[in-house]
Amino acid sequence: MYAQMVKSESTQDAPEKLAAFQARIDAGEKIEPKDWMPEGYRKTLIRQIGQHAHSEIVGQLPEGNWITRAPTLERKAILLAKVQDEAGHGLYLYCAAETLAVSRDELTEMLLDGRMKYSSIFNYPTLTWADMGAVGWLVDGAAIMNQVPLQRTSYGPYSRAMIRICKEESFHQRQGYHIMMKMAQGTPAQKKMAQDALNRFWYPSLMMFGPSDKDSVHSAQSMKWKIKMNTNDELRQKFVDQTVPQAEFLGLTVPDDTLRWNEDKGGYDFAEPDWSEFFDVIQGNGPCNTERLAARNKAWDEGAWVREGLMAHAAKKRAAKLAAE
Amino acid sequence: MKNEWPLWEVFIRGQHGLNHRHVGSLHAPDAEMALKNARDVYTRRNEGVSIWVVEAAHITASSPSDKGPLYEPSESKVYRHPTFFDIPDEAGHM
Repeated sequence: MYAQMVKSESTQDAPEKLAAFQARIDAGEKIEPKDWMPEGYRKTLIRQIGQHAHSEIVGQLPEGNWITRAPTLERKAILLAKVQDEAGHGLYLYCAAETLAVSRDELTEMLLDGRMKYSSIFNYPTLTWADMGAVGWLVDGAAIMNQVPLQRTSYGPYSRAMIRICKEESFHQRQGYHIMMKMAQGTPAQKKMAQDALNRFWYPSLMMFGPSDKDSVHSAQSMKWKIKMNTNDELRQKFVDQTVPQAEFLGLTVPDDTLRWNEDKGGYDFAEPDWSEFFDVIQGNGPCNTERLAARNKAWDEGAWVREGLMAHAAKKRAAKLAAE
Repeated sequence: MKNEWPLWEVFIRGQHGLNHRHVGSLHAPDAEMALKNARDVYTRRNEGVSIWVVEAAHITASSPSDKGPLYEPSESKVYRHPTFFDIPDEAGHM
């Protein structure tokens, strides 16, 4: 899940307007940009879609880290394509957010000065090539869990962006799993790297779904508005149930001694991640928070002359065309 | 808002013979760059054979509150549909 702990905004609109709005959502209608919407719905969506977009953009960094060191030319081309997709996903989502009357520059600035967040997962480092496997398999796998139901979200532009993203996301997970397969079937040293990557990414991936339902204070209103489709724990359970057999197939061990199949609930019992670590990372104290934000700020600052130069060039061309007419 | 690149709406013809269809939007300094960006953002998997870009500011859209006046009049004109007319089978295929 790329949007974690999205705070719901309160709404002060007239009760009858709110009820009519809720009725549209309950009837499965899509809300479109020019339709009336409660202020809280609009603001919560900006926060959630913005956070989601920022996650796609910042998410390029841990994988971009390995493009120049991919083990083969084919893996390099695949990784490049994947990272390019993440940029595309960020752009689809920014456009969806912009239909809610926030500008692209405002969104970018809120990321750069820390007012808006991105997923905690991207604050972990990618230390070995096997991490490219673990990220695709687990991180994109967890993202898919969340994004598939969001295709049915009530806000039209968000829903359409999610549909496009989901079409492309499966490639990401499968290329990651394919890397893990190769490593797990490789030399003992390669298998060890794959196990190490799983060890490091397992709990951070579970954290992607956000805090446990009992501590998740923002869910109810968002679920009513169909901005959030499932609870954090539902999605986390689904992710574990799907992923454990995949780890077994690889011959790797999920780093959780308490992991057991529970026949009664038809799912695995598993250990919760260390939530104090999660809140610490969210607060900016993860291993890579500083590095990630610094990289985004650098790209923005050093790209300024390109943005401005192209605008100046476009203005000059327009003026020349007008003069010629 | 400072000197932000304008917003463009992107329309793509998926296959020969189909209409261009709105697929999303993007920012670009001018039309030429908008086309190039649209190619990168919206056709990475053979999604199209032709792209249109239109600056979003140039689009005029109907308002949701006009829904009644705009579309309700056609609801009472059922005779515009062929099924309104009962033609006996004896007349043959029509």
